[in-house]
Amino acid sequence: MISYFQQHQSQILSWLGWHARLSALPLLFGLILALPLGWLARRYRWAYPPLVGIAGLLYTIPSLALFIVLPGILKTKILDPTNVVVALTIYTVALLVRVVADGLAAVPEDVLQAATAMGYRGFGRLVRVELPIAVPVIGAGLRVAAVSNVSLVSVSALIGVPELGQLFTNGFQLAYQTPILLGIVLSVLLALAFDTAIQLFTRALTPWRRAVRPA
Amino acid sequence: MAKGGAAGMIVTDVANWLSDPANWTGQNGVPTRLLQHLQYSLVALVIAAVIAIPLGLLIGHTRRGTFAVVAIANSFRALPTVGLLTFFYILISPHIHGTGNASYFIPSEIVLILLAIPSMLSNTYAGIENVDPGVKDAAAGMGMRGSQVLWRVELPNALPLIFSGVRSSFLQVIATATVTAYVGLGGLGRYLIDGLAQQDYPQMASGAVLVAVLALLVDLLLALVQRYAVSRGVTGRYRRPAAPVERITAEAAA
Repeated sequence: MISYFQQHQSQILSWLGWHARLSALPLLFGLILALPLGWLARRYRWAYPPLVGIAGLLYTIPSLALFIVLPGILKTKILDPTNVVVALTIYTVALLVRVVADGLAAVPEDVLQAATAMGYRGFGRLVRVELPIAVPVIGAGLRVAAVSNVSLVSVSALIGVPELGQLFTNGFQLAYQTPILLGIVLSVLLALAFDTAIQLFTRALTPWRRAVRPA
Repeated sequence: MAKGGAAGMIVTDVANWLSDPANWTGQNGVPTRLLQHLQYSLVALVIAAVIAIPLGLLIGHTRRGTFAVVAIANSFRALPTVGLLTFFYILISPHIHGTGNASYFIPSEIVLILLAIPSMLSNTYAGIENVDPGVKDAAAGMGMRGSQVLWRVELPNALPLIFSGVRSSFLQVIATATVTAYVGLGGLGRYLIDGLAQQDYPQMASGAVLVAVLALLVDLLLALVQRYAVSRGVTGRYRRPAAPVERITAEAAA
C-alpha cells in the first residue's frame, strides 16, 4: 500500500486536496447559512416546524441523486465540483438548522436574564452570550456533518469528480484491492482530522468550560 | 434527446421519461427496479435491526461496553460507502460461482448492513440509557424484575429514539442501495449508473427523482408507524408536545 502511494503520490495528494476542499467548503457555507436560519427557527416559534421539516425532507434525498439532478438545475456540467459543494451544503444546512435552533434554545433562561441585566440586548446578546454558550452543541453537529461529508464526497467519484473516491473506482475497474484500502485509510484519516480540528476549535472557543470543570 | 439543459427542462425530461410506457415494463421497468430497491433495502434493514437493537438493549440495560460501542459506531460513520462497497465486492465476488446475482448481492448487502447498524445501535442504547432513573427505581420498587423493567419500562420509553434510529438507518440504506448499482446490482440505482454511461440525462434525472420519492415515502410511512407504536404517555401527545427527541441531536450527542 505504501509503495502504491509512493508511485502515485502526486495524483493521490491532489485527490486528497480536492477531497478536503470538497468536504470543508460545504461545512463553511452550511454553517453560514444555518446560523441565521437556526436563529429564525428559535426566535419565531411558527418558523420552527417548517424550517426543520424542510431540512428533514432535504436530508432524505440520496446523495448520488442530488449530484446528478443538480447540474440540470444549476446549469453546470455534470463533472463540475460545484455540484458536490452545493449538494453537501444542502445536507450540512439541513443538519445544522435544527442543531443551531436547539442549541440556542438550550441557553438557560437565567443566563439570558443576567445578560440582559448587564446591558446586553438584541444582536449583541446573541453574538456575545447566546452563540458562545451554544458553541458545544453546534460543534457536535458540525462534527457529524464533517464526518458524513467526507464519506459522501467519495460517492461523487461514480460520476467522475476527482477526489479520493477515484481510488475506489480505479481499484474496482482493475479488481485491485490496494488502491481501495489506501482510499479507505486516507478518507478515514481525513474524517478524523476534521473531527479533531472541530473539537479543538470548540474547546478554544469555550475556555470557561475548562475553567469550571472540577478536578 | 435533451442533454443537460435549463432548470425547467429537467421537469419536462422527467415527466416525458416517466410517462413513456416503455419505461414501465420488463426487466428494466420502474416497477421491477422499485421492488428490487425495496427488497435490497428491507433485507439489509431487517438483518441490521436483528443485530443492532438487541445489542443496544443489552448494552443500555447493563451499561457494559458502552464506550467500545460508541467508538465503533462512530468510526463506522467515517467509512466511505463506495470504498466499502468496492472492497467487499473484490474480496467476495471471485469466490462466488454460479448463476444469479449473488456475486453482487452478497457484498452489497454486507455494506448495507454495516451502514445500517450504527444509527440503530447507538439510538437504542442511548434511548435505554436516557430513561429517567426515577422511573426505573419506581418500576423496581413495584417489584419488577430486571427483564420486566427492560421490556415494560425501558423499551417503551426508548421507542421514540429507537424509531429515529431505524428511520435514519433506512434512509441511509435506501440512499446507499442506489450506489450498489455501480458494482452491478439492480434497483433504482441502475437508472443513475446506466443513464450516466449512456449520457441519457432524462433517465438519470428520473431515477434520481424516483429514489428521492421512495426515500420520502418510506420515511413518512415509518413516521406514521412510530406515531401509533409509541405510547402517548411517552410522546406527551395529550398536552402540547415537549421538545421532540430527534435523531440528529441524538446522533450529535452519541
